[in-house]
Amino acid sequence: MPLAGLILLTSCAYLGILFAIAYWGDKRADAGRSIIANPYIYALSMAVYATSWTFYGSVGRAAVSGVGFLPIYLGPTLMAALFWLVLRKMIRISKANRITSIADFIAARYGKSALLGGLVTLIAVVGVIPYIALQLKAVSSSFLILWQYPTIQMPNSGQALGPLQDTALYVALLLATFTILFGTRHLDATERHEGMVAAIAFESLVKLLAFLAVGLYVTFGLYHGFADVFEQAARLPDVDQLLTLGGPAGTYGSWVSLIFLSMLSILFLPRQFQISVVENVNENHVAKAIWLFPLYLLAINIFVLPITFAGLMHFPAGTVDADTFVLTLPMALRQESLALLVFVGGLSAATGMVIVETIALSTMICNDLAMPLLLRWKALGLAQRADLSGLLLGIRRGAILLLMLLGYVYYRAAGEAYALVSIGLVSFAAVAQFAPAMLGGMYWKQGTRAGALSGLSLGFLLWLYTLLLPAFAKSGWLPLSFIEQGPLAIAWLKPLALFGLAGLDEIGHSLFWSLLANLGAYVGVSLFGRQSSREHAQALLFVDAFKVAGRGSSLWRGSASVTEVIALVGRFLGPARAREAFAGYAAQRGLASAAELVPDADLVHFAEQQLAGAIGAASARVMLASVVQEEPLGMDEVLGILDEASQVLAYSRRLEQQSHELEVATGELRAANARLQELDRLKDDFISTVTHELRTPLTSIRAFSEILNDNPELDPAQRARFVGIIVKESERLTRMINQVLDLAKLESGRAEWHTSALDLKEVIEDAQATTSQLLQEQGVALCLELPAQIPPVLADRDRLLQVLLNLIANAVKFCDREAGRIGIAVQVLPEALQVDVRDNGCGIDPADQQTIFEKFRQAGDNLTEKPQGTGLGLPISRQIIEHFGGRLWVNSARGQGATFSFTLPLGQANAAASDAGRETEYGV
Amino acid sequence: MANRTLRAQRLVALFMLGCLLFSYPLLALFDSGGEVFGIPLLFAYLFVAWALLIVAMILVVECSSR
Amino acid sequence: MSKTVLIADDEPNIVISLEFLLEQAGYQVMVAHDGQEALESIERQPPDLVLLDVMLPRLSGFDVCQKIRENPAWQHMRIVMLTAKGREVEISKGLALGANAYITKPFSTQELLAQIGAQLAVD
Repeated sequence: MPLAGLILLTSCAYLGILFAIAYWGDKRADAGRSIIANPYIYALSMAVYATSWTFYGSVGRAAVSGVGFLPIYLGPTLMAALFWLVLRKMIRISKANRITSIADFIAARYGKSALLGGLVTLIAVVGVIPYIALQLKAVSSSFLILWQYPTIQMPNSGQALGPLQDTALYVALLLATFTILFGTRHLDATERHEGMVAAIAFESLVKLLAFLAVGLYVTFGLYHGFADVFEQAARLPDVDQLLTLGGPAGTYGSWVSLIFLSMLSILFLPRQFQISVVENVNENHVAKAIWLFPLYLLAINIFVLPITFAGLMHFPAGTVDADTFVLTLPMALRQESLALLVFVGGLSAATGMVIVETIALSTMICNDLAMPLLLRWKALGLAQRADLSGLLLGIRRGAILLLMLLGYVYYRAAGEAYALVSIGLVSFAAVAQFAPAMLGGMYWKQGTRAGALSGLSLGFLLWLYTLLLPAFAKSGWLPLSFIEQGPLAIAWLKPLALFGLAGLDEIGHSLFWSLLANLGAYVGVSLFGRQSSREHAQALLFVDAFKVAGRGSSLWRGSASVTEVIALVGRFLGPARAREAFAGYAAQRGLASAAELVPDADLVHFAEQQLAGAIGAASARVMLASVVQEEPLGMDEVLGILDEASQVLAYSRRLEQQSHELEVATGELRAANARLQELDRLKDDFISTVTHELRTPLTSIRAFSEILNDNPELDPAQRARFVGIIVKESERLTRMINQVLDLAKLESGRAEWHTSALDLKEVIEDAQATTSQLLQEQGVALCLELPAQIPPVLADRDRLLQVLLNLIANAVKFCDREAGRIGIAVQVLPEALQVDVRDNGCGIDPADQQTIFEKFRQAGDNLTEKPQGTGLGLPISRQIIEHFGGRLWVNSARGQGATFSFTLPLGQANAAASDAGRETEYGV
Repeated sequence: MANRTLRAQRLVALFMLGCLLFSYPLLALFDSGGEVFGIPLLFAYLFVAWALLIVAMILVVECSSR
Repeated sequence: MSKTVLIADDEPNIVISLEFLLEQAGYQVMVAHDGQEALESIERQPPDLVLLDVMLPRLSGFDVCQKIRENPAWQHMRIVMLTAKGREVEISKGLALGANAYITKPFSTQELLAQIGAQLAVD
């Protein structure tokens, strides 16, 4: 039969094309030129939701329940509107915590619980196997039907044949091989498979085109448009039932429960999580998917009813299974190529689902089931082995093969008991069990591990009892009396009418009980239990995902200049390389040159990545802050957390992350040694000094956080003391960061100045009042020697106050320990005011008198006692005074105290003041 | 930023509108078995409402993005 | 008999944390706040191990390290350098001057204790 050869050849050619696309996608990804970094590909790949269940099954369901096939697509449409809130948060959390599967997600949220991860994996595998079976069934029966062309004959059920004659087995093996080739060619830390995503997007196009082709042919070729189809269909018996709700085919109750169920499925099916969360390249792509994905669903469903009616009219009742109308109609009408196209469309719908689903499940089986067990199995000594990648790949390949064979076994055993749609719904109801733990985990901080465990287990058991076991009973594995009379003839245990609840359809009934128990146990156990500190820390990370990490790109918006950013990157990468990088970036966005770039969040992010490659993420951020308008670094928030001692541990976790970043930064600093040496030559080791200075407080914070973490039994006094140190050192860190940013701002000329005519006397008194507490604590006396009349000066009040506070704080630090005295004197010179701040401390060596004005140099580097402070106060003060046109210097001799003096020019200030005086009675 | 929260709120509003459009009381209004232009009423209503919802989503997403 | 460890660091809070950790681990702890003090302390009572910060006032950690190794009587004293700077050059310099190991700040308390334990077990 030449046709059989053609079918096989087409199938193989199609799979070959898929593989070529995947291969090309991977190659491009390796070269850093991703083809999937595009919202359209993302939305298309999401359409992996539409499987052969949609492709063939929608028509089948429509033949029984009319518009009842629609809720499964309306649910995802509604959920799409919430993608921006929910899906984006899932993506954000997953990226930040390097989450690679839904099991991983739930396990990580509840304190990285391996038990929970295993349970989720188990549920997912048991729940999804029937769904895989469904795909095998669809492919093999469509193949067998097309094989008979032009005769239309329903295939014998697989059970009649031995396994070796069963096409489904070969389909399963072929798909397993294909998936292994596709998804496990190499290991990737992020579990992303760019090539696969590209192929899936292509498959989505193919199945849509194939379905539309049939739809158009039937509606406009065979009939004269929609109205004609419906008019002719009106003659069919019982057609009214198919076009209204509330009849036996579909009640409002089952309609709503199906919408609800499919809303959850679009988020929690393992393959949807894989495609929309794990494989997501850029969370902004979600925006386009919000409308593009529902549009796809609309398009693939618009011709379902016309095809159904055409099939019902064309074939005598009961001769042809409605699940096959999409294929058998073109066959009956002798449209060979259309039939072949349909077959390929169905094949692509099935392969797409199977590939993504098994890859997602195999990742879960490997990471959340197999590895935790193997690593704990001491005899294997796995924990010591350096390279586990071979083993990991082996496990995944094994898992894929196993899943496919399980799917096949299920198909052989139960496949004929249900129509396509019912099988899929069983799976939907299983993954819906993830909803309380997932959504609760994302929005409710109190959810506990115990709550999630009990909710998931109860929900899963009820699902098993009310859906899966009845399915087994219908397939003959269990006696039918189990359904009809209940186990042991206990009527209120009847699985399809538990506790006597009747009036709902199977799915609605199961969904009601399982989710009720699931949610009830989750909330109840969580409310009456306690979280461990680890769970609590994870809960904060998940629930506050947008607050914690969200300051990332969105806050950098619109305040940078492109040239400055490029120049900054040039300092570290070399100007030529920087120009090249930005030109490449511009080309990637379709711009002619870097000059056309807009200074948006993405640009800054790109620059930050470039810098991070060279100097590490933490330093990159600090450096960028100097050219991008200053943004708070989130320390205040961090300190807010610290105020609650119970949350110290959450903080230490974040610090660990921070210090890890710093470690990475240092590692990269080493790698970029050559560049750093160039920096050294320029005597600009600002970055390494910043890193060094930040590390000192960080060291204390980390040490004490770990001590607190490891010693829960510390006595309260010591505990309080250590927490106190952490708070103090965090404040120091904040101060340092603020000052670094402040200095960078001053140096780059971006600081804002509010210059006005000032009464110096008032500013000095203000400074005195502000520092009175400090002075009192240290037992230092401050005396002012101010002339009665001081002419006004032109300056920024806050900045001038900052200088005075710096100088006073400095003087306090170096004052005589026993009888500290500070004097502030003002002299009116002909052209300027001079302010002297005098202390009676040990004085400053002439050799140090210049260096103390350099960043991070403190007099005392070589003294017995190292002063507390950031080492930035004097450089900042000097910058400020120089901005006002004055000078800041020091006079000192060893052992005789030090006098810091600065001048402020009078010049135009007098004129300005006399103006001001007229209007405001300035007190001159 | 303000733009983004506004977008999120609009999308939530669309979600609620969708829930309303595709559930009991409104659905029952169109569940009478009539026809418009030869197309069954319920079928026509579902697809038109669906399409309008998508158009509204397009407007919300694309107009607030720049 | 418990081993003695000398902590030489000028950051009071870091000293407090190190003191706590080492005493908890059962070592006898001495403290010096600068390089000079460290040397004096070593002369008075040579410890089994010196936890030595590089950026010390008066006499840098490198100098202290060199001075210790110059004295034949102190050849067996273990020296663990502790510093915020993790640059290759400094690590090599410390090791060349005779330090036995190197820990960068911020350190993990577990790693620190493990390193010290390992150093003292060598004898």
